[in-house]
Formats: sequence, C-alpha cells, structure tokens
Amino acid sequence: MTSTAPALGRATGRAQPRDRRKLADNLTGWGFAGPATLIILGFSLIPMVWALALSFTDSDLMSSGRNVGLDNYRALVADPVFHQALRNTGLLLFCYLPASLAAGLLVAVLLNRRVRGIGFYRTCFLVPYIASATSAGLLMGYIFDRDFGLLNGMLVKVGLPAQGLLSSPSQAMLVLTAIFFWTRFGFTVVIYLAALQEINKEILEAAAIDGAGRWAVFRHVIVPSVRHMTVFLAIWGVIDVLQFFDLVMTTTKGGPANATVTIVYYIWQLAFTYFTAGYGAAVAYTLFAGTLLLVVTGLLVARRRGAMR
Amino acid sequence: MRRRLLPSGWHLLLLPMSIVTVLPFVWMVLSSLMSQAELNRFPPPIWPEAVDLGGYRTVLEGSDFPRWFLNSVLVSGSIVAAQVVLCGMAGYAFARIRFVGSRLVLVLVIATALIPFQLTVIPTFLIFNEAGLTDTLGALIVPQLSSAVGIYLMTSFFQSFPRELEEAGRIDGCSRFAVFFRVVLPVAKPALAALAVITFITAWNDLFWPLVVINSEEKYTVQVGLTTFQGQHRADWPAVMAGTVLTTLPVLGVFLFGQRRFIQALTGAVKG
Repeated sequence: MTSTAPALGRATGRAQPRDRRKLADNLTGWGFAGPATLIILGFSLIPMVWALALSFTDSDLMSSGRNVGLDNYRALVADPVFHQALRNTGLLLFCYLPASLAAGLLVAVLLNRRVRGIGFYRTCFLVPYIASATSAGLLMGYIFDRDFGLLNGMLVKVGLPAQGLLSSPSQAMLVLTAIFFWTRFGFTVVIYLAALQEINKEILEAAAIDGAGRWAVFRHVIVPSVRHMTVFLAIWGVIDVLQFFDLVMTTTKGGPANATVTIVYYIWQLAFTYFTAGYGAAVAYTLFAGTLLLVVTGLLVARRRGAMR
Repeated sequence: MRRRLLPSGWHLLLLPMSIVTVLPFVWMVLSSLMSQAELNRFPPPIWPEAVDLGGYRTVLEGSDFPRWFLNSVLVSGSIVAAQVVLCGMAGYAFARIRFVGSRLVLVLVIATALIPFQLTVIPTFLIFNEAGLTDTLGALIVPQLSSAVGIYLMTSFFQSFPRELEEAGRIDGCSRFAVFFRVVLPVAKPALAALAVITFITAWNDLFWPLVVINSEEKYTVQVGLTTFQGQHRADWPAVMAGTVLTTLPVLGVFLFGQRRFIQALTGAVKG
C-alpha cells in the first residue's frame, strides 16, 4: 500500500493522523491527474453536450442560430448524399472490416514462426500505417490516376484497357477501400502477432498429436485463442472506419458525383464549407449513436460468446 | 515444441506481399527525382533517367513548405513534451495514489476514446472561435496536450512498475512530487519514449483539426500545406512527390528509430 510509505518515514516521530494523510493523497492525486483529465474531459464532454444542442438549431457556424426542433434530423432522412455516405460507410464496415481482419490473422499466422527476416516483413507491413494519410492519399491518388497514373500506364503497356479508377463512380470507392486496406493492414497483423505469441505451445502440440490438420488447428485452436484481440480490433476498426476522412480528402474529395463521400467527410463539408453547422451536428450525432450501438452490440455478442475474460 | 524455421515456400508468399506494400513508397522517392517532363509522360516511367532535383527546389524555394515544416515541428514537439509529462503524471496517480473519484474519472477518460472527434469538432471549433484563438498554432496544441490513449498506456505501465524505488525515495524524505520527477520519471524512460513515439506520429500526421482551425497559409502544418500544394501544382507531380517524401521522412525516421518501443506499446496497450 502506498499509504504505508510515509508512516515508515516517520517511524521515530509522531504518527500522522489518518485524515490528514487521506487529504494529502487526494490533493496529490488530483494535482497529478487533474491537468491531463481536465483537458480530455473538457474537450470531449462539453463539446458533446454542445453538439447535441447545436443539432436542434440552424446555426451557420458564425451565429448560434435559432431553434428548429427536429427539422435537421427530419431533413437527414430524405438527404440523398447522407444515404450515399451511409452506404459507403456501411460497405467499409460490413465488407472491408471482416475481410481485413481475416487477412490480417492469416498473415500473422504465417509470420508467427522463428524465421529469418520476420522483422523485415513486419517493418514493411507497418510503413503504410505510420505514413500520414495525406502522403498515402497523394501518392496513391497519383498511382491510381485515370489519365497519368502508374497503374493505368502499366495496364496499357501490357495491352489491357485503361480503367476509370478514382474518376469512375463505380470503381472509385473500391479503389479507395483498397488504399485504406493497404494503410491499415500492418496494424492488424502486428496486433494479431502479439496475440499469437501468447498462445500456449503445448495446446498446439497436443492438437498436432491428436492428428489435427493445419486448417483444424487454425479453426479450433488459433481463432478462439485470439478472439479477445478480434474483439479489440473490431471495435478499433469500427471507430477507424467511421472516421474515414483524410484519404477521401486527399484523393477524391468525395467525388466523382459523391461516389466516395463518407459520413465524416460529409460532416466536414456541411459544417466548414457549406456553413450549415446545425445540420452537420445532427449528422455527427447520428454517426455517434450508430457507433455506440455497434460497439455495445459487438461487446454484448462477444461477452455472450465468452470472449471477454 | 521447437519452433521450426519457416519453410522457404512461405517466403515466396510473404516477400511479394511485403514488396507490394512498400513499393509505392519506393516509387514515391523515385518519382520525386524525375523531371516534370519525364513524369508527365504516359505511361509514366518507373526509373528516373537522370536525377533531377527540380521538384525539391520547387518545394523548398518556391513554396512555404519550410515554414509549414517548422510549424509542424513546433506543434508536434510541444504536444509530445506536454503528453509525456501530463499523461505520465496522470498515469502515475491513477496507478499509485488513492484519491476520491479516481476510478470513475479513469473509466470516463478511457470511454472518451470511443467518441469520434468529428462529433465534437464543430463545438470545439466554436470554443476556439469564442476565445479568439482560431488560426493560431496554439489552437493546434491545446486540445492535444493530453490524450486518453496516453493516460491508459501510462496507467498500465505504472501498475506493473516496482514500488520499492519510490518507497526508498520517500523514506529519504522526498515529497511525492520530488520522488516522481527525480526517481520515477528517469526509470520510466522506455515507456515514456514509447508514448513519445506514438504521440509524435499521431500529431505529425493530423490533418483534420489543422484543416478546420487554420486559415492563413503561413500557419499551415505540413499535412495541410501539402494538400493545398497539390491543388496549386496539379501538373508539377515531381514537386508534389518531393513534398510527400519530405513530409514522410520525419515519421519514418522516428518509427525506424523507435520501432521496438512503438510495437511494444501498441501490443502492450491492447493486452493491458
């Protein structure tokens, strides 16, 4: 116990009254933790309440606007751009996210051996994760450019037709998802790798002795053992996907024809380029409610399946 | 079971995968060394015919890039310094000192990590607007003086930190403050370094908040500057790529230098 330490120091003197020691602990505790927590809570709880209030107004960012009740939320239901943003974000959540977790786990399993060069592979996979989305976006925006890009250049060289890529309404979101995958893949691999290294080797050995094939070991030993990491990565991924902004900003700016608009990109547009801050706040709150619902449902499902320890 | 060496067959799969992963960055460097005429050809060449530093000259002499770079260094540096001290202190308090409300506050802080910044960005902008602080570098620093991830990392680190050292310090009659700064911080260097690496990469790479709160070109960070630079120099791809290389170098350097710590912190935070 920390509280016994001062008493030791005064072994020769008079024992300090308990209340004073408690008071001292409270003061030092808050003195130490106060500044950091005040900044975090101040910049999250106050704006959260404010954003809710704002979402019931027609604020234009510069003035506080008048109360419009639920009008913003009603407008949202009929807003085609919002629907497109929902579809795009949904695609990322329900197709990209599970696929990226599966791919990450597979590669982590491959890397989970004592092998020359494992550090090299890990570094390679992490480089796109630490480079800024701006750099990644500009670079990939150029490689995937329809008219000048490296990819179309290569396609044409080998006699294949050039693709619309980021300029094509039907391909842009797929290309963007691939770029997103490329930037996040290393993170998934490294986290899974850490989980795999915790698996008791004897269990794997026992499974092998029992004649389990590679697939059976993967399916019945590895996947259940890393389930807590899967839960973490899924929650992290949901938050990450719902905040998908930088790459959109630096490659397509939501285009062509809103094909790649995501919810957060739309919030930014609404508040800071169209100056409809009240409406933007309503979209933001809808996003937040969605995140909360997804994360809580995910946690409940995970707990029911006994993944949380 | 002795772990066997990876059969060489797996290398045939992993090597191309890792090459595909880093190849775009290699080409980023190569294309930054091409001349404008060369890079504007279609299909674009893979290897530069001759090293042409025109792109770098445009970025460094013909734009505000050096200024943006300096702004980023200032902002990220201040954020790192503040987080190392503030999150370090908070983590220590949550792990070691019993005080009223500590558990509740810690849970609240960690829960804020689930709040998307885009939800709070509009009111946060309004707060800085009210205070007359938009379009200042301070507005970039203040909201990031501390972070939930940082507090969480430090708390779990100090929970596994041996108590004997501090107790020795306290017996010598030092105050808690003195013990923290003279005894605990020096020994906690590896964890603080990990926090510094993660914080630096996040701060340096931030685009959203600077984009919202900064208007004047001379106060841009590299990320915002690079985005607008691309808009203005659409045809000058070597220059855009040169800017991208220069923007990526600091994080790449910090990452390669502190890679072990970075990975330990990432995985440690998840396990904790």
